Amino acid sequence: MALLPLSLPFAELEVGHHLYWQIGNLNLHGQVFLSSWILIGALLALVVVGTRKLDRDPRGVQNLLEFMWDYLRDLARDQIGEKYYRDWLPFIGTLFLFIFVSNWGGALIPWKIIELPEGELGAPTADINTTVAMALLVSLAYFYAGLSRKGLRFFELYVEPTPIMLPFKIIEEFTKPLSLSFRLFGNILADELAVGVLVYLVPLIVPLPVMLLGLFTSAIQALIFATLAAFYIGEGLHESH
Amino acid sequence: MTWLLLAEAAVPEGGLFDLDATLPLMAVQVVLLTFLLNSLFFRPVGKVVEEREGYISTSLADAKQKLAQVERLEADLTEQLRGARQSAQTAIVEAEQEVDKLYRDAITTAETEANRTREKARREIEEQREAAQSKLMAKVDQLSSQIIQRLLAVS
Repeated sequence: MALLPLSLPFAELEVGHHLYWQIGNLNLHGQVFLSSWILIGALLALVVVGTRKLDRDPRGVQNLLEFMWDYLRDLARDQIGEKYYRDWLPFIGTLFLFIFVSNWGGALIPWKIIELPEGELGAPTADINTTVAMALLVSLAYFYAGLSRKGLRFFELYVEPTPIMLPFKIIEEFTKPLSLSFRLFGNILADELAVGVLVYLVPLIVPLPVMLLGLFTSAIQALIFATLAAFYIGEGLHESH
Repeated sequence: MTWLLLAEAAVPEGGLFDLDATLPLMAVQVVLLTFLLNSLFFRPVGKVVEEREGYISTSLADAKQKLAQVERLEADLTEQLRGARQSAQTAIVEAEQEVDKLYRDAITTAETEANRTREKARREIEEQREAAQSKLMAKVDQLSSQIIQRLLAVS
C-alpha cells in the first residue's frame, strides 16, 4: 500500500481476517453469518414471492422457481435414481441453491460498501467453515441414507467388488468431504483473490473478464458440489444385489 | 459498527484455515434452511409441477382416446360413404339399362308396327292388283270372245 500514492477504497486485500463474535468461549466468524443471512434472506424472499400464488398456468417468478425445481429434480434423479430421489431432493436442492446464491452473491454484491470493524463481507463459501460444514453434512447424509436403507449391510460396500478395496474405501470416506470442502473453498477464495488483485492493480474494465469467469466457475462449483453430494447419497442407497 | 463486536475479549489470531464454532453453527443453519426450503419451495412447487404433469398426461391420454374415436368414426363414415356411392352408381347403371331397354322396346314395337302396316298395305295392294287383274282378265276374255263372235259373224 505504501507504494500507491492514493489508496483506492474498493481495492484492498485482506485474507484470513475475521470479524470475531464470541459467545461464551466459542468463536464465530461474524462476517460469514452476516453475508449468509443477507443471501439466505434474499433467497427466501424470492421463494416466498414466487410461491405466493401458485397456479397451473405459471406466471412471473413461478416460472423461474419451477425451472429451478425442474433442474434440481433432474440433478437429484439422475444421481440418486427414480426410487429415492424425492427424499433427498430438498437437501441436494438446498445445497445447490445455498452455494449458488453464496457464490454469485459474493461476486455480484458490492460488499465493500459495508464496512466492518474487522474482516470483510464476501461469499460465505469462501470461508472454510461453511464448506466443511456442508461437506460433513453430505457425509452424514450419505451414512444416514445407507444405514437407514440397508442397515449394517451398508458396510458390505467396503468389500465390494473385492476385500482388497477395504482400506481404499475407508480412506475414501475421509477424502470425500475433504475434497468436497476444499474444492469449493479453494475455487471461491481463489476467484475472490484473483478479482481482488486485478482490481487492486487495474481498477477498470480489465478485471471484467476474470469476474465473468468467476461467475461461471461459481455456478459450476455449485453444480459440482450438488452433483457429487447426490452421487455419494445415491452410492449409499445403491442396491448392489 | 462496534455493536458487531459482541465482546471485546481476546480476539483469536485468525487465518485462512481457522476452524471454529462457525462450522457447527453453519451446519445447523444449512439444515434449518433445508427444512425451510422444503416447506416453502420444494414441496409446493413440486406439487404444482407434478399436478400439471399429471394433468398433461391425462389430457394427452384423453386426447389420444378421442383421436382414436374420431378415426374410428371417420373410417366408419368413409365406409358408409363408399357404400352410398356404390349404391348410387348401381342405381345409375340400372336406370341407364332400364332406359336403354325401354328405348329398344319402343323401337322394336314401332318397327314391328311399321312392318305390319307395310305388310298389310302391300297385301292390300296385291289383293287389289289381283282383283283388278282378274277383272281385267275377265274383261279381256269377254272382249276376245266378242271379237271372235264378230269375226265369226262376218265370215
